[in-house]
Amino acid sequence: MLAWIILLPLVGFAFSILFGKKLPKPLVGFIASVVVLGSFLFSIDVFNTVSADPNGISERLFTFLAIDGFNVSFTLFADRITSIMLLVITGVGLLIHVYSISYMSHDEGFYKFFAYLNLFVFNMLILVLGSNLLVLFFGWEGVGLCSYLLIGFWYQNPSFGKAARKAFIMNRIGDLGLLLAIFLCAIYVGSFEFSVISDAAQSGALPEHLITTISILLFVGAMGKSAQIPLYTWLPDAMAGPTPVSALIHAATMVTAGVYLIVRNQALFMLSSSANELIMFIGLATSLVAAVIALKQNDIKKVLAYSTVSQLGFMFIALGVGAYSAAMFHLVTHAFFKALLFLGSGSIIHAMDDEQDMRRMGGLRKSMPITFITFLIGTLAISGFPFLSGFFSKDEILASAFGHNRWVWGIAIISATLTGFYMFRLLFVVFFGTFRGTKEQKSHLHESPWLMTIPLMILALLSVFGGMLNLPKYAGSLSEKLHHWIEPNLPILRNPVHVSHSIEYMLVGVAIFIFLLAFILQYRKYVFKSAVPEEDNEMSKSALVLANKLYVDEAYDKMFVEPTETLGDYSSWFDRNIIGLIPKSIKGWNTALARLNARVQNGNIEYYLVYMSLAVFLVLFLSAICLKLWN
Amino acid sequence: MELILISIIASIVTYFVPKGMAKMVALFGAILTLAYNSFLLQSFVADGTKKFVFDTPWFSDAVHFSVGIDGISMLMLLLTNILMVVILLGAMRKEWKRESLFYSLILFMQAALIGVFVSNDGIMFYVFWELALIPIYFLCALWSESGDYKTTTRFFIYTFMGSLAMLGSFIYLGSKGLVDGHTFAYDNLVAVKLSTTESMWVGLGIFIAFAVKIPLLPFNAWQPSTYAESPTPASQLLSGIMLKMGLYGLIRWFFPMVPETYEFWSNLIIILGVIAVIHGALIAIRQNGMKRLTAFASLSHVGLIAAGIATITIVGLQGALVQMFAHGINVVGIFLCIDIIQRRTQTRDLTQLGGIAKQAPYFAALFLILVLGTMAVPFTNGFPGEILLLKSIFGYHTILGVIAGLTVILCAVYMLRMYQKGMLGKPNGETFHFPDLQKSEWPALILLSAMVIGMGVYPQWIVELTEASSENILKIIKETVEGVS
Repeated sequence: MLAWIILLPLVGFAFSILFGKKLPKPLVGFIASVVVLGSFLFSIDVFNTVSADPNGISERLFTFLAIDGFNVSFTLFADRITSIMLLVITGVGLLIHVYSISYMSHDEGFYKFFAYLNLFVFNMLILVLGSNLLVLFFGWEGVGLCSYLLIGFWYQNPSFGKAARKAFIMNRIGDLGLLLAIFLCAIYVGSFEFSVISDAAQSGALPEHLITTISILLFVGAMGKSAQIPLYTWLPDAMAGPTPVSALIHAATMVTAGVYLIVRNQALFMLSSSANELIMFIGLATSLVAAVIALKQNDIKKVLAYSTVSQLGFMFIALGVGAYSAAMFHLVTHAFFKALLFLGSGSIIHAMDDEQDMRRMGGLRKSMPITFITFLIGTLAISGFPFLSGFFSKDEILASAFGHNRWVWGIAIISATLTGFYMFRLLFVVFFGTFRGTKEQKSHLHESPWLMTIPLMILALLSVFGGMLNLPKYAGSLSEKLHHWIEPNLPILRNPVHVSHSIEYMLVGVAIFIFLLAFILQYRKYVFKSAVPEEDNEMSKSALVLANKLYVDEAYDKMFVEPTETLGDYSSWFDRNIIGLIPKSIKGWNTALARLNARVQNGNIEYYLVYMSLAVFLVLFLSAICLKLWN
Repeated sequence: MELILISIIASIVTYFVPKGMAKMVALFGAILTLAYNSFLLQSFVADGTKKFVFDTPWFSDAVHFSVGIDGISMLMLLLTNILMVVILLGAMRKEWKRESLFYSLILFMQAALIGVFVSNDGIMFYVFWELALIPIYFLCALWSESGDYKTTTRFFIYTFMGSLAMLGSFIYLGSKGLVDGHTFAYDNLVAVKLSTTESMWVGLGIFIAFAVKIPLLPFNAWQPSTYAESPTPASQLLSGIMLKMGLYGLIRWFFPMVPETYEFWSNLIIILGVIAVIHGALIAIRQNGMKRLTAFASLSHVGLIAAGIATITIVGLQGALVQMFAHGINVVGIFLCIDIIQRRTQTRDLTQLGGIAKQAPYFAALFLILVLGTMAVPFTNGFPGEILLLKSIFGYHTILGVIAGLTVILCAVYMLRMYQKGMLGKPNGETFHFPDLQKSEWPALILLSAMVIGMGVYPQWIVELTEASSENILKIIKETVEGVS
């Protein structure tokens, strides 16, 4: 069953890449979607199985490497945590496949696009289904590769190619951390299986400093993939890829792999308080910095990208304070509403002839009603409108943070407030006011076709009702379903510190208050006063710093890229002038060299030498045979 | 034994057939050798002992013509014979002056390489080792791109001098060993006990020969310009197979011969190897010439392999063998792709290329697979070897392991840079009329790509083929060490 889940998208990939070019586009898109649908159905089956039996199922496929001290079997494993990931990947993935059939219909690389999407789904499924770190690493690198291929999908544009390369290389920095963690497990645990590592950590077989080291190295891997400080700058650039890719890979699935990695190795992380602290601080810093930058971005996809970074930061805060089910909960709801927002922005970009600057938009709600309503729902969900999915999932993180430490909650609530600010700014500037694009764009404005709007509507429904998965304590018997459901698969149980009911109500009150604050202030500014974000050359200095993303890219260039290049130049010099000295320094060689040169150049000497060597060879050879016969 | 005969005969026949037929005869010869090799593989049992043994006294009783194939030899033979077919397929697309001589030399090279990998006798190993140098010298010199013999001759003398030191060491070992009988037999040479000082000197001689050939830093001065100026088949032979002679030598001959001082040599080789990993990668990042870039990338990769061997652990040795095979496939493939680009655009300068993917999508796809293999992406052949090597070095010394691990990042930087600058972007004047793959380029690249993926998914077959032999070699080293202490 598990093998089928991964095999179907692989078959889809092979089909599209081999035959897709010649076949009609809708057929290619249809088949690519059907294989994901197949995986989705199998995932539901898995869901039912693990619901009945929380111990999960595993399937051994083949031996990848069997060497003393390095045994890797290609084994798949699914428990309840996995099954949530499976449903998100195949479910949201399916919707995005369907959406792409229409979105990419004019692209000549259509078949390639679907081949890569299928390949991505295949790798992502391997990532979550791997029963050991190495199989996970297969998927981990595989999704990085697909991300590279899809960010650089329009490869004729060199700056897109650059963004793709940046994403891949930053991910590889994280991957090195993951790889080192794998080696430590090989040496000190003697196995890569998650279950064995988890047992070793709990039984005390692993000393604490090793647990901390392995945890931090795993987290370095997570930083790369889930775009946390300091490895976050690739994600906004990754928006160069087609918008469905941003929705699937850079919002709903791949970037949450880091969260999954930590949940999967919960035992390690629970036993290392310093690793937890680190995760929490990085999460806090990331959620805040990204939210601040998002305030002044004018590219619609960039706002959403920074928003994703910020929301991922929230998930890591949850992990850092030990609220694992809250992190998974936010992962799921975020997948719904962020996929919705990205697909909605795709619908807008589609209607606007590839314009992405929201200062050139405005008033779109009339011409694109479905996109508007679904986008509105997404915005409300992410900024915490009461009783929508984001409200519950973010509140649970905030409550856990409050239980952990007031200061943590304090910073998190600022980020949460900023979420409302940048999202409503986006919503109002794009959909309200007057249209600011060109005449030609105006005449083209249209609602997107059904293939695109139906996925939007489904995701909108999920964004509204996704909160039902894990209602807070005060909801009574319906509460914390997700939490209780995945509990058996978290090796170390520690109930998140629960705050009293009165404080909980107070926290909800604060959350509603900040939501209203953001809504009212932004409404006043962008709708009532119909302000438009200023052009680049009108910006104040501080706004410019934000619009330029705090100049982090430039700083990284100065700190890492340029020194590496300089080192490369030094190495070249060293290679030429110092190492090159060795053969040059021996005088006698030169004379010999000159003599040989002269002889070779004067004509048939090469025949001579060939005959000679052949003759030597033959004589030796024949003599050997003769001797053998003679003996 | 028969393998050497087939390629030698093919070589001679190729030389005498009329012009125009030479390449077909050569290809036929290479395929025949490969077929026979596969036939041997069928009945091969990888239990660590030498199979298909042929042994007869040669010059005297002391020096035999002695061959045999164990798992490691078998792997190297497969690599050699598969790559030969690919190299010939790639070379066929071009008209070479003195065609029959050209193809004849390539097959001659094949015979010598096979001899190196199956030798069971020190002197015979040396003879084949030197014989391999003759054809490659002429291939590089006579068909040199720049028409300048200097680089090639320097390469020739450099490696030749290194090898002489090895001969000295072998003879010394022989003089310490058996007086009667097959003195230079592998088992006898290995069994010789040396004092620490002797072991250092003997080791030094052999080490220099192998270090030049691999090449290990700081003996790599011949490499970049030789790769860059030689015709592509010669670059492929050098980087794909010939440098594996050095690595093979380290495994089979060097460490088992000087177990007395192996810790010293291990440390030295690992440090040099790890430095080469970073040094080569950093230079590769700054290259615009595709062949030079590949040369430095190769320096980096081979440094990692040598360091893995020097850990003297089963993981390191097996990783090295898997990676030697993978590196051969990948580097030959990359050189072939560079050659395809250069033949069509007359340049391999990255600053002048770009946009080829648009004009030649199939070529771009197969090239990408080879690039990914080089970058050790999972499901490609570079991955299992690299992860084993890095693990072995990490286990040996944590810091060195981390430094070597940087290759994961740096390799992605220079390979993607090469691919993107060359293949992606907008077509320009040079690349606007870039025809996609033609005739013999197809089978060559498809064969290589299929191996990249196949080996990436199931590397275990190599492990099974070579495991017993690797264990044997480790046993030889460990036993002597215990005997001394």
